[in-house]
Amino acid sequence: MDLKTTYLGLKLRNPLIASASPLSGTVNNLRRMEDAGIGAIVIYSLFEEQITKELQEMNQHLVRGTESYAESLTYFPEPADVLVEPEEYVDHIRQAKSTVDVPVIASLNGHSEGGWVRYAKLLEDAGADALELNIYFLATDFATTSEQIEQRYLNILRSVKSMVKIPVAVKIGPYFSALAHMTKRLEEAGADGLVLFNRFYQPDIDIENLSVIPNVLLSTPQALRLPLRWIAILHGHLKMSLAATSGVHSAQDALKMIMVGADATMLCSVLLKHGIDHVDVILEDMRQWMQEHGYESIQQMKGSLSQKSCPNPEAFERANYMRALKTFI
Amino acid sequence: MTVPTRKQITIDGNEAAAYVAYRFSEVIAIYPITPSSTMGELADEWNSAGIKNLWGTVPLVQEMQSESGAIGAIHGALQTGVLSTTFTASQGLLLMIPNLYKIAGELTPAVFHVAARTVATHALSIFGDHSDVMAVRATGFAMLSSTSVQEAMDFALIAHAATLEARIPFLHFFDGFRTSHEIAKIEQLTEDDLRSLVDERLIQAHRERALSPEHPVVRGTAQNPDVFFQSREAANLFHQACPGIVQKMMDKFAQLTGRQYDLFEYYGAADAKHVVVIMGSGAETVQETVDALNASGESTGVLKVRLYRPFSIEAFLEALPNSVRSIAVLDRTKEAGSSGEPLYLDVVNALFEARAQFTPLPMVIGGRYGLSSREFTPAMVKAVFDELKKDSPKNHFTVGITDDVSRTSLEYSEDFSIESPDTVRALFYGLGSDGTVSANKSSIKIIGENTRNFAQGYFVYDSKKSGSVTISHLRFGPRPIRSPYLITRANFLGCHQFNFLDRYDVLKNIESGGTFLLDSPFGADQVWDHLPRKVQETIIDKRLKFFVIDAGSVARATGMGGRINTIMQTCFFAISNVLPHSEAIALIKDSIRKFYTKKGEEIVQMNYRAVDEALVHLHEVRVPAQASAGKKIPNAWFAQAPEFVQNVTSCMISQCGDAIPVSALPVDGTYPVGTTKFEKRNIAAEVPVWEKDLCIQCGKCVFVCPHSVIRSKVYEPKYLDDSPATFKAMAAKDREFQGLQYTLQVSVEDCTGCSLCVEVCPARNKSEARIKAINMTPYTDGQNEDAKNWEHFLAIPDMARERLKTNSVRGLQGIRPLFEFSGACAGCGETPYLKLLSQLFGERALIANATGCSSIYGGNLPTTPWSKNDEGRGPAWANSLFEDNAEFGLGFRLSIDKQKEMAAEYVKLLESEIGTQLVEELVNADQSDEAGIFEQRQRVELLKEKLNKMDRPEAKRLFGFVDALVKKSIWIVGGDGWAYDIGFGGLDHVLSTGRDVNVLVLDTEVYSNTGGQMSKSTPRGAVAKFAASGKTLAKKDLARMMMTYGHVYIASVAFGAKDEHTVQAFLEAEAYPGPSLIIAYSHCIAHGIDMKTGLQDHKAAVQTGYWPLFRYNPLLAYDGKNPLLLDSSEPKIPLHEYAYRQNRFKMLTKSKPQEAKRLLELSQQDVQKRWKILESMAAPVDSPKTPTQ
Repeated sequence: MDLKTTYLGLKLRNPLIASASPLSGTVNNLRRMEDAGIGAIVIYSLFEEQITKELQEMNQHLVRGTESYAESLTYFPEPADVLVEPEEYVDHIRQAKSTVDVPVIASLNGHSEGGWVRYAKLLEDAGADALELNIYFLATDFATTSEQIEQRYLNILRSVKSMVKIPVAVKIGPYFSALAHMTKRLEEAGADGLVLFNRFYQPDIDIENLSVIPNVLLSTPQALRLPLRWIAILHGHLKMSLAATSGVHSAQDALKMIMVGADATMLCSVLLKHGIDHVDVILEDMRQWMQEHGYESIQQMKGSLSQKSCPNPEAFERANYMRALKTFI
Repeated sequence: MTVPTRKQITIDGNEAAAYVAYRFSEVIAIYPITPSSTMGELADEWNSAGIKNLWGTVPLVQEMQSESGAIGAIHGALQTGVLSTTFTASQGLLLMIPNLYKIAGELTPAVFHVAARTVATHALSIFGDHSDVMAVRATGFAMLSSTSVQEAMDFALIAHAATLEARIPFLHFFDGFRTSHEIAKIEQLTEDDLRSLVDERLIQAHRERALSPEHPVVRGTAQNPDVFFQSREAANLFHQACPGIVQKMMDKFAQLTGRQYDLFEYYGAADAKHVVVIMGSGAETVQETVDALNASGESTGVLKVRLYRPFSIEAFLEALPNSVRSIAVLDRTKEAGSSGEPLYLDVVNALFEARAQFTPLPMVIGGRYGLSSREFTPAMVKAVFDELKKDSPKNHFTVGITDDVSRTSLEYSEDFSIESPDTVRALFYGLGSDGTVSANKSSIKIIGENTRNFAQGYFVYDSKKSGSVTISHLRFGPRPIRSPYLITRANFLGCHQFNFLDRYDVLKNIESGGTFLLDSPFGADQVWDHLPRKVQETIIDKRLKFFVIDAGSVARATGMGGRINTIMQTCFFAISNVLPHSEAIALIKDSIRKFYTKKGEEIVQMNYRAVDEALVHLHEVRVPAQASAGKKIPNAWFAQAPEFVQNVTSCMISQCGDAIPVSALPVDGTYPVGTTKFEKRNIAAEVPVWEKDLCIQCGKCVFVCPHSVIRSKVYEPKYLDDSPATFKAMAAKDREFQGLQYTLQVSVEDCTGCSLCVEVCPARNKSEARIKAINMTPYTDGQNEDAKNWEHFLAIPDMARERLKTNSVRGLQGIRPLFEFSGACAGCGETPYLKLLSQLFGERALIANATGCSSIYGGNLPTTPWSKNDEGRGPAWANSLFEDNAEFGLGFRLSIDKQKEMAAEYVKLLESEIGTQLVEELVNADQSDEAGIFEQRQRVELLKEKLNKMDRPEAKRLFGFVDALVKKSIWIVGGDGWAYDIGFGGLDHVLSTGRDVNVLVLDTEVYSNTGGQMSKSTPRGAVAKFAASGKTLAKKDLARMMMTYGHVYIASVAFGAKDEHTVQAFLEAEAYPGPSLIIAYSHCIAHGIDMKTGLQDHKAAVQTGYWPLFRYNPLLAYDGKNPLLLDSSEPKIPLHEYAYRQNRFKMLTKSKPQEAKRLLELSQQDVQKRWKILESMAAPVDSPKTPTQ
């Protein structure tokens, strides 16, 4: 059975990629992922906030209360070493590369145009095979237009692309008025791949303490539908790679994504829930299903049920919405 | 002679000395004390960074528990053959005295560096004079005095080189703050320079003399009358040879660097008739003045004393010009009761011994100057020379003050100035929090290190830790700057806070034609009408060039927050013409890159943006020909103040304290209490506003307010009749107060804007959850309505104490705090405990306060927060020292106990006249609760009436101690530096005595007051000074150590986690008839936290098990119960949720991530282990798990 695929120009032994999560934080886990058969690993994200906000906060803490009273002109020793969070991340990428043979994809997560994107270069120098640029942005400002927002995505991408030679995938959310057009623009701006979709963190509220609770829920298999539809629509219209993320919990889910046109599928919640070794279970299930259904390779099935290739393309569009509802009722 | 080119650097005196000391040392033992702490901190930082000494090894740096510990360790290190040093000042040096005698007596080469500081007498002072070094002049140490930052480096080398040859240990000293903290451009000695002065064979000889079991000797014997005396004399030759060796080193040094120093250095007219003899930084001022005076035809000179001990009479006489007719010897110390100050006596003796050489013998007078960093200016020097010209000059004079009591002072004219016309003199008024000082430090570096100009910076801070004012004094010029005194004729003045114009005479020290830069929220076209009239008049009269920038807005727009440092610095360079404009901007940016690179590229970029935007928003103001503003209304609160506050304290507040004459000040350091309430600092940017409709009257905001600015009262409705229109009130909610009104009032003029009150408020608006019953709103100085409301609130009588439930947070809110408006940091984590103490026991409390934060915000002039109630009772407070506080407080107890005992004896003696029943009641009164104490007070009043009518001498005597019959509450208060380290021995002993004292440890887990040095309370994994790489060992468990006594009441509290528990612990501790120890979690700015979220740290500390709450009450054991009660539940959340809220822990994750991880894991284990131990100790007594005791 040939599970090989190509993602961002990288040859993967299979289409399963560990997506950015805390699991990739230790070298031991990376080794376990590889042993379990993973095709590639996206290392946990380096957040813009880590590069900017945390350093600013730390700087504020270091100067708070200083130069006010003659006996305590400072409260901390001058840091002997450079206080830069990404050093640790960059080191981790380096270690990851020396630990595993599967491709290692670094992940940069941010939302504004600024100096933080220069870390792309450091990640490339550390040996990352590719970069996942996770643009994590909630458009809450009433004065900002859709065009300005789209422009910001493109600007961030362009500045990252201008710094590195390795392929860059962009991970975006689904909340664009004209998503298809946007993906085209991203491709034109140099994206080598798209990762669909980012799951924005959704806070909860506490009605006892009248406060907002920031926490993250793991994805459920239901989350699969959104990327499934969009990958189906986009497949065949873009030259860049497509990766599916959100809601991929089983071999069937992964196969569905490939059939609608994904070059790779990402796993996160399922590994957090069942453990890293579950990769092996999914892979085995994939092989078995493909065998049972007479498929020879991933390549063969890729895009077979995309909007372009499927027997009923209108099912992916709005027209189908009314029918679906009626059926449900 | 070739003079090699050396690096020009701008550093302060402490760094200059430490640079050399570190390189000459193998073992360094340190302990923090202002103003020398920086030297130890640098040694620790360099050690942490792996910087090596001259011989390629990284010196070992060890923090000790006190200066006596440090010197003990050094004595041991020296005896076993290493090169060793330490750094200290003031009381710290005094604690070393016994060992100084030993080290000198054993002829041990060593150099200790001292930033000379005032020794506490009637008051503590952190500032500089020679009282400390003069107190050790008899120890046998050589004493070498530096006058400047350059000399601090040069003489450090000369001392380290000379001691090895002389075998006499050296004290190298320079003036605290004036030299230790002055930043100056100096030439840095190279390591080769350092090496070239040392003969390594001498180091080898030192090692050969060391104690070693390979060739054992005995040292430190006990000697008898037969040989001790001769042995003391046996070392004479070494002391005699020492000056010659020092001179030899000075000569070698001159060959190396071109800077020639001498033991006594004369400067001035070759035929001078009048000479001043002086040592320390003041010598620079005299030299500068001598130049000016001689240029105007006078014939004066200065003799600088370099090597004070051993005092070489021969060298002194050689340096003194033969022409001299009169000499003034200036001492920067006071030796009360002596026939003259030390240097004066040395000079008199030298001349007397050489009297045969003089015809006639020059006249000598002695004078005191500059105590506690009092200014010493050319005008004062001139006054001294003028005095010398008189036929009968005043001896034992003072200069720099107005002594209208003993008439010692010399008059001087403030108009006399000798500032060089080619020197740029810039003054900057800023807030501690706005970054003014750091901007100026950066400017000095920029100019000093990038131009040929010389540069000098000196910074004056006020005595508050919140909203403190800083004044920076910067000089730049083409010639070396010898002006160790403040600028009084600035040609550039920056005022970085608009509201200072109302509070201080900011423009007093700007000269005509100068440039005035103001940070103003008003633009160039509007600002004029917002200026106070006096400022307008000065701008016009002095023809100032006037510029404004709205730095606050630029800072916010560029992400700088409240830090306007880079913005104002840019403006200074843009308009002062110190450097060409474009060059200056490039250099600022270059310096930003250098300084902030360590902190991240984003910080660099943010500062770059601030530079660019500053230039865009800087505007010149067209100055109108006429002033337009009205006259300023003076602070109305002073009108209500006692005379002393109106006449004296107010001068100190308005920065005119220098002018207060001797007669106006107390003779023994005794000051009135409760004076902070008159200061009205108006420092908050935001103040809390009460939403009465939401309020549930829980009292939590009142409880946590660190500055006692939020109060509540329950009162009769009639007091609303004449209340101001905006005065808020609501019906009291408690059943027992039905029909009464309740008001929660904020003193906005005293508020620091910390917002802890809002954090703790549990009541929220049902329709808009962000609104609480108390909320922060922007505050502008002079919100008169709020001030009037506060005044009205104060006029409403307090609810009678007996009607309030003082054992609960809700009830306590109505008790007036007798600790208010301290100068502690905004949001201080210590002061709520002190306020609680004052509410519960204040009217009968005696407080012994260890030196530290609490003694500074508790007792630093101009105003102090400990207060009294309407009956005139309140806490009596005193600070003795840092190290002796437990003993000091025990002394209170012993005294009160004895007085009570004597009072009981006397009332029994007078029983027939007093009456048996009253005597019985007085002696056996139950004072275990408030009612009992109240009744006893009544009895004592009755007794006093009776005594007044008696003639017997015993009755008169009894008056002296009759008040001891009313129960007194003795409190011993201090921080962890005291309790865990320097005062631990005393604390342990005091607790062991079983006496009824209450110890309150305000545990910030670090030496907060001296700037965050590690104590034994510092937790594992935290970064602190002296633990720059993170503390590797766990915090000392003081509570558990003291539990082993069994008779000590112990409580571990955290008011932000469980306020009622804190109240309960205080009540129990005070009621317990033996020693009590409360260890109080105190969040602190030195934790690297946003202080407004401090209460969340308390909660997290308790929930993670980092700070378990418990009480150990020995009384329970008497009832057969387990004395230990665990009052918090087992750890619920991982430790990192507490630790990584704080920069002290987080910092290590950025600099040493692996080590941070390791230490966090170990700390998590510490927490678990400690919890298990406490849990097993707290198990019910019949449980098999109970440990045997």
